[in-house]
Amino acid sequence: MGTLWFWIVAAMLTIYVVLDGFDIGVGIVYLFVARTEQDKRKAMHAIGPVWDGNEVWLIAGGGTLFFAFPLLYASSFSGFYLPLTIVLWLLMIRGLSIELRAHTHDKVYISLFDTTFSLSSILLAIFFGAALANVIRGVPLGTDDYFFLPLWTNWRTGANPGILDWYTAIGGVLALLALALHGLLYLALKTAHALNERATAMAKRLWPIVLLLTLASIPATVIARPESLAHYREHGAFWLAPAAVITGLATVAVSLARGWEWRAFLGSCLYLAAMLVGAAAGLFPVVLPSVGTAGRDITIDRALAGPHTLRVGLAWWSFGITLAVIYSVTVYWLFRGKVPEHAEGYGH
Amino acid sequence: MDALTLHRIHFAFTITYHYLFPQLTMGLALLIVVMKTVALRTTDDEKREFYDVAARFWARIFAVNFVLGVVTGIPMEFQFGTNWSEFSRRTGGVIGQPLAMEGVFSFFLESAFLGLLLFGERRISRALHWFAAFMVFVGSWISGFFIIVTDAWMQHPVAYKLLPHGIYEVTSFWGLLMNPWAWIQYAHNMSGAVITGAFVVAATGALYLLQGRFEPYGRIYVKIGVIAGVASCIAQIFPTGDMHGKYMAKHQPAAVAGMEGLFHSTPGAPIVLMGQPDVENQTIDNPLVVNKVLSFLIYGTTAAEVKGLDQFPKEDWPGALPLLFYSYHIMAGLGTYFVALMAVAAFLLYRGTLYSTRWILWPLLLSFPLPYIANTAGWMTAELGRQPWLVYGLLRTSEGYSKHVGPGTSLFTLLGFLGMYSVLSILWIVMVYTAIQKGPRAPAVDAGHDGHTLTTA
Repeated sequence: MGTLWFWIVAAMLTIYVVLDGFDIGVGIVYLFVARTEQDKRKAMHAIGPVWDGNEVWLIAGGGTLFFAFPLLYASSFSGFYLPLTIVLWLLMIRGLSIELRAHTHDKVYISLFDTTFSLSSILLAIFFGAALANVIRGVPLGTDDYFFLPLWTNWRTGANPGILDWYTAIGGVLALLALALHGLLYLALKTAHALNERATAMAKRLWPIVLLLTLASIPATVIARPESLAHYREHGAFWLAPAAVITGLATVAVSLARGWEWRAFLGSCLYLAAMLVGAAAGLFPVVLPSVGTAGRDITIDRALAGPHTLRVGLAWWSFGITLAVIYSVTVYWLFRGKVPEHAEGYGH
Repeated sequence: MDALTLHRIHFAFTITYHYLFPQLTMGLALLIVVMKTVALRTTDDEKREFYDVAARFWARIFAVNFVLGVVTGIPMEFQFGTNWSEFSRRTGGVIGQPLAMEGVFSFFLESAFLGLLLFGERRISRALHWFAAFMVFVGSWISGFFIIVTDAWMQHPVAYKLLPHGIYEVTSFWGLLMNPWAWIQYAHNMSGAVITGAFVVAATGALYLLQGRFEPYGRIYVKIGVIAGVASCIAQIFPTGDMHGKYMAKHQPAAVAGMEGLFHSTPGAPIVLMGQPDVENQTIDNPLVVNKVLSFLIYGTTAAEVKGLDQFPKEDWPGALPLLFYSYHIMAGLGTYFVALMAVAAFLLYRGTLYSTRWILWPLLLSFPLPYIANTAGWMTAELGRQPWLVYGLLRTSEGYSKHVGPGTSLFTLLGFLGMYSVLSILWIVMVYTAIQKGPRAPAVDAGHDGHTLTTA
């Protein structure tokens, strides 16, 4: 039961990253690829009907984490208090920027909301990457299973790390670039003409950097958390994840060269999903590793809610998530195809 | 200030601010469905176009409030973990369920159908567009239900058992969802949301009639607002408010004693219509009372004894007694005023003179902030009355907060939210004001569907 819920939560958060990843990615590259007002409207139009549905995966994933692993929720959310609160502020600024831009015709405000939209997307990607790296690296848990991380200490991993050290900084930058690539491929898929060409060209330039950083992240993870390698040695099937990472990246490169927009985007989806599943596999069955001497790892078994809670949860969750997938697919289908040339914002 | 107080203010402030938006969207969603239904059922093209425009105007205002509700709602879920970690660790297996269900059952539905409602009018059939409006209504009301289930478990815990390490787990799924407290509170709360929606719609209509702009729309908004208003204002007091009060008196007698300012147990207890509680001397200053009414309201007989605060140990008293007393009295006082105002307006509507009677249009316009105050006061009554418990009778508020998050950190993020929400308030006022100034207008063209660049904003 614990293993099942571990992968349910991991899957929900992976779907969140793959879906909201492309609209955050559009935000990251927005100011660089969308040069004219027409381009910007098209970019906004491409994510307009779907971005907040994508964000729901974070809320639903968080809620599922809350009831299935109460100890993990309590410990990690209070321990990452400051960065999480900043993430909340960024999510607010970003959501409002999208909405407000559609409601105004004043050029000054439009440029303000363009800037806040892009900046908050950039910072969100960095924060999410750093957050994931923090969980992989481990936190200084106390004997009561709680911790409180300062924002930074001496940039080193070890017994007393901060939120930002050399390892989590790599995580932040990698997330920023990987989501930027993801966003570019989505834009190329959803638009035509100049915007499409610029997005494709930029994706081609970005791809090698993402590849290099991804490769660098593997030894970095082994240094920051040697145990992750041991997990891979024990479970042969886990090696599928790094294999899928490489397959995904290779698909992106080949598809970009041949002009296959759909395959390039799907390759990027595969890459992101495999990265996250790979990270989850490196942790399993730990959900929050301890780096200090006082505490011990929070494992699935220790964090898991009561058995009846989980049985009940599984029943409604399966039903609810089926509905959710149907809604999501319907919306994507209704708004399928390229954004029309004269996209009129997406005002309403 | 100590950490506990700051964490409490942190949650109280962010949730009070958040609830300004859902109370309108939940009420408005219902009224939008009403307008879309009229448009769908009529065979007269002109009338249909008129009601579609009327509904589209409110869908725009709905969207603004919905987005603000979403962005201020996300911090609420996070705060269970960030600021109330010990509470989350112990009760996450119970209250995490309805919170996750809200995400899975409601948020996906709302975001999908709101997209269709706002962007899909020219892409989907008329019936499907009506359905989108209906599903947005259903989604927002389901969302409200799961939040009330969560709160109801804290108010009146049911269907749980205690596991080792102080952890609670659900013993019955239906027991949790069928908590009587939840259903009574849900009815009371949703009727309160319709009141807010009705007052805002009626006030906008009254504004247009007073200004002599968009008059056909002004008339229809006043009409829909007053009809929905009179029904919901009455339902708010009877049966929902009445049931809520009686159920509370049974299960949270200390809260009721605090609300009513009843320091000493009294047979044939009087109701205090106005007054100022003096906690130190345990009296009400300047009281305006009606004898025996409280006993009658709670027990249906004028002789019954109502338990006063002296029946409970002081550490079990609701902490902020004067605030609890005032919240309850403000809520009840405004509720009474709402019935009176809406009844007069409904009478004039029936007589056919409402639209030209300026002395009633002005109060209809000026009263729109009052339901926000009444709903906020109602929630403060419920949550202050629950104190000093986080989960009534099981877990004290002082045991539930994040011990590792210091007061300085909590103060910092509280100040951040204060700043952020001040900016949001300005944006919100400007956006809604602009939308109301522009008024309901035909026609909207779906964004770029056919290559024309007509304005849609």
